[in-house]
Amino acid sequence: MTDATTEMAPYAFVRKETLEQQPAPLSVAGPLAWVRQHLLSSPLNIALTLLCLYLVVDSVPGLIRFYFLDAVWTGTSRDACLADKVGRPVGACWAYIADRFQYFIYGSYPINQRWRVNIVFVMFALGIVWLLWTSAPKKKLGIFFFFVLLPISAYVLLLGGPGAERFLSICLTLALALAALYLILSFVPQLVRFYIGEAALGVVEQLPIWKRFFGPKQLVLFALVVLGFLSLLASNPGLPRVDTGLWGGMTVTFLIAAVGIVFSLPLGVVLALGRRSRLPIIQLLSVIFIEFVRGVPLITVLFMANTMLPLFVPQEYSPDRLLRPLVGVALFAAAYMAEVVRGGLQAMPKGQYEGAMSLGLGYWSMMRLIILPQALRIVIPGIVNTFIGLFKDTTLVTIVGIFDFLRTIEATLVDPTWATPTTRSTGYAFAAIFYFLCCWGMSRYSIAVEKRLAAGQKR
Amino acid sequence: MSTTSAEIKPGKASLLYDPKIRGYVYQFLLLAVVGFLIWSAASNAIENLRAQKIASGFGFWHNASGFDINQKLVPYDASSGTYGRAFWVGLLNTLLVASIGIVLSTFLGFFVGVARLSSNWIVSKIAMIYVEVIRNVPLLLQLFFWYNAVLKPLPNPRQSIELPAGALLNNRGLYVPDPQFGPGGSLIIWAFLIGIVATFVFRSWARKQQAATGRQYPTGWVGFGLIVILPVLVYFATGRPITFVYPELAGFNLRGGIQIFPEFVALLIGLTTYTAGFIAEVVRAGILAVSKGQTEASHALGLRPGPTLKLVVIPQAMRVIIPPLTSNYLNLTKNSSLAVAIGYPDLVQVFTGTVLNQTGQAVEVVAITMAVYLTISLVTSLFMNIYNKRMALVER
Repeated sequence: MTDATTEMAPYAFVRKETLEQQPAPLSVAGPLAWVRQHLLSSPLNIALTLLCLYLVVDSVPGLIRFYFLDAVWTGTSRDACLADKVGRPVGACWAYIADRFQYFIYGSYPINQRWRVNIVFVMFALGIVWLLWTSAPKKKLGIFFFFVLLPISAYVLLLGGPGAERFLSICLTLALALAALYLILSFVPQLVRFYIGEAALGVVEQLPIWKRFFGPKQLVLFALVVLGFLSLLASNPGLPRVDTGLWGGMTVTFLIAAVGIVFSLPLGVVLALGRRSRLPIIQLLSVIFIEFVRGVPLITVLFMANTMLPLFVPQEYSPDRLLRPLVGVALFAAAYMAEVVRGGLQAMPKGQYEGAMSLGLGYWSMMRLIILPQALRIVIPGIVNTFIGLFKDTTLVTIVGIFDFLRTIEATLVDPTWATPTTRSTGYAFAAIFYFLCCWGMSRYSIAVEKRLAAGQKR
Repeated sequence: MSTTSAEIKPGKASLLYDPKIRGYVYQFLLLAVVGFLIWSAASNAIENLRAQKIASGFGFWHNASGFDINQKLVPYDASSGTYGRAFWVGLLNTLLVASIGIVLSTFLGFFVGVARLSSNWIVSKIAMIYVEVIRNVPLLLQLFFWYNAVLKPLPNPRQSIELPAGALLNNRGLYVPDPQFGPGGSLIIWAFLIGIVATFVFRSWARKQQAATGRQYPTGWVGFGLIVILPVLVYFATGRPITFVYPELAGFNLRGGIQIFPEFVALLIGLTTYTAGFIAEVVRAGILAVSKGQTEASHALGLRPGPTLKLVVIPQAMRVIIPPLTSNYLNLTKNSSLAVAIGYPDLVQVFTGTVLNQTGQAVEVVAITMAVYLTISLVTSLFMNIYNKRMALVER
């Protein structure tokens, strides 16, 4: 017996070993406590919970029954969705969606030409993923693809015809000429001495031939591949002209949204720079444009594009009916984009400007190399939010007579083939799901980017 | 060292590289381009208008319009109406739906925003679902839904749905009882107005008293008495002069009562619920922006939860809330132009729609419409800026 134990002996009640950890009491942890805390914490909360439960029980089973249990999934005409023909209560008529699905996607685009739309869809998806996926390689190439090659290809593929083919051959010739130029320059870099400067030229000349002027050559090569692919398509299956009056459905919705983003972003950057400019006239003109457009509803801009644009150009150049709202939407979105970008420019610490200037960079080099890459990165969530608004606003072109997705839904609702009491609620539900998924997905993305950007500030 | 630096004089830079001169050149070029664009657009427009034989100028303002408008706040009819008159009818309809929508969406938005922050799980989840669904579906689709899928399939007037207080709902709109003021009826309205003024007077007096003596007065109860009880007393004292004309079935239609058109109802519901979704997020962000320490400090000072919310949290949250709230009000006003899609006779539907189609004077009509919306935007932001300045943090 050591000293310690004899000393401990009188205190027999002292526990010698640690106790097993007990679970928290039921009143503070576990599902029951959760219910008490989150649903029944006070008389008011109990009442609210009961009221909400009543609302849910009242509405949700009915909705589920209507859209799923009683829904009709297959069928070829309205008879499949009529209660007295089927002999049971009929809910949503999904058969109608399935039947008109192609129309919702392509509108009246000729059936044997729809592969062209599909190619554009694939390119669009590729461009979007390339730009939005943060760890995608070769971002510059992606930007070039999305903002230059994609519009050219979409124009050539969707419209087709001799005009588009002539345009394509011009682009191809241009790309070939550039390729030839770079080939020559790779062998004789001294030709660009005045452009890149004596010192940098030395660095270039150390490189093996295929690595000289690598960046621009990549762009030209990529352009050659895409344009060559297009001209292959133009020569073999051929690209007959499809009038814009036949375009419709999701194609047009995505087209308007894409045109909106492709043109509004660069234009918005220019306007934002103009608004921050120290030159008074440039600043004034930018402010007038931005505030004017933001002060009026999109509909009036669309009406203006629709009725006044044809007046402002000579009659023989009267713009296409689809082009007019596209111009309106692009200008409208540019004003909102400009404000978002301006926010980013203002958020840049002054030291960035001063640092760039002290390195001897001029205005454009400073903006291009130092300020804009940082400013645009921090306003990605704002850009995406503007884009969500733009995407929802594409529905307004319905009012000036363009067959966008919502309009195709409305058009099928007056079609007697599928005139049933439940067609309308089915069509609207389908449209709502489509828009919800697109917008909600974008907002999730913007939240994720925001979180990633805020990671540096977190403590 | 000093000799070399003295020898290097700042060389006279070429004019080509002088930033000042470059600035002038850039601005001049931009002005020239913009001027050329405007000039060519104008000359093309004049030529095209002449070719299409469309008149120009604002002479059409006084021409007879020859179309009717179903909802009008000022007297107007097809036989004697002019385009100018139609413009005012449309403008008033726009202002009507926008102002009611702003009030309703503020209430709904604050309610949903607070509900989303509720500690009650089911309440906050329902509020979240509401906000997410409303904000991610285009307004136009929602308007189509309310108008075509909810209000249109209502029964015809013979099978109207009866609502409380004698109101009837059918596919021609909502019919509410029409109050008729008998002799002495105007006294009630006067009592109501006097009650409101008196409440404000009492409130400012009570505030001064509290600042001077620390005594608190029951402003809420006094206000309730002045605004609600006083008119009711007058109503009974003057011998109940208000009677209601209830809508009744006459043939295939309803007679009597005030008819509220389904287009108006659909637009109002759509605008209110849509904007409320955005306001809810603004409110939520505003309340979350007030740090928790403020609440804790006010509790530590002995304030109960009610006064904490009223005196500490809300005044600080309002500073964050007001600027985005303003832009939501403006959005609601601008979005009311979607009325054209469901046929509510607002400014765009009447003026940019019908009048433009009849006269063909696109330039003038679109310019007037845009000027109206610009004015509304500027005036609203002016007032909200004044209010914002009053609420803003006073810094030393």
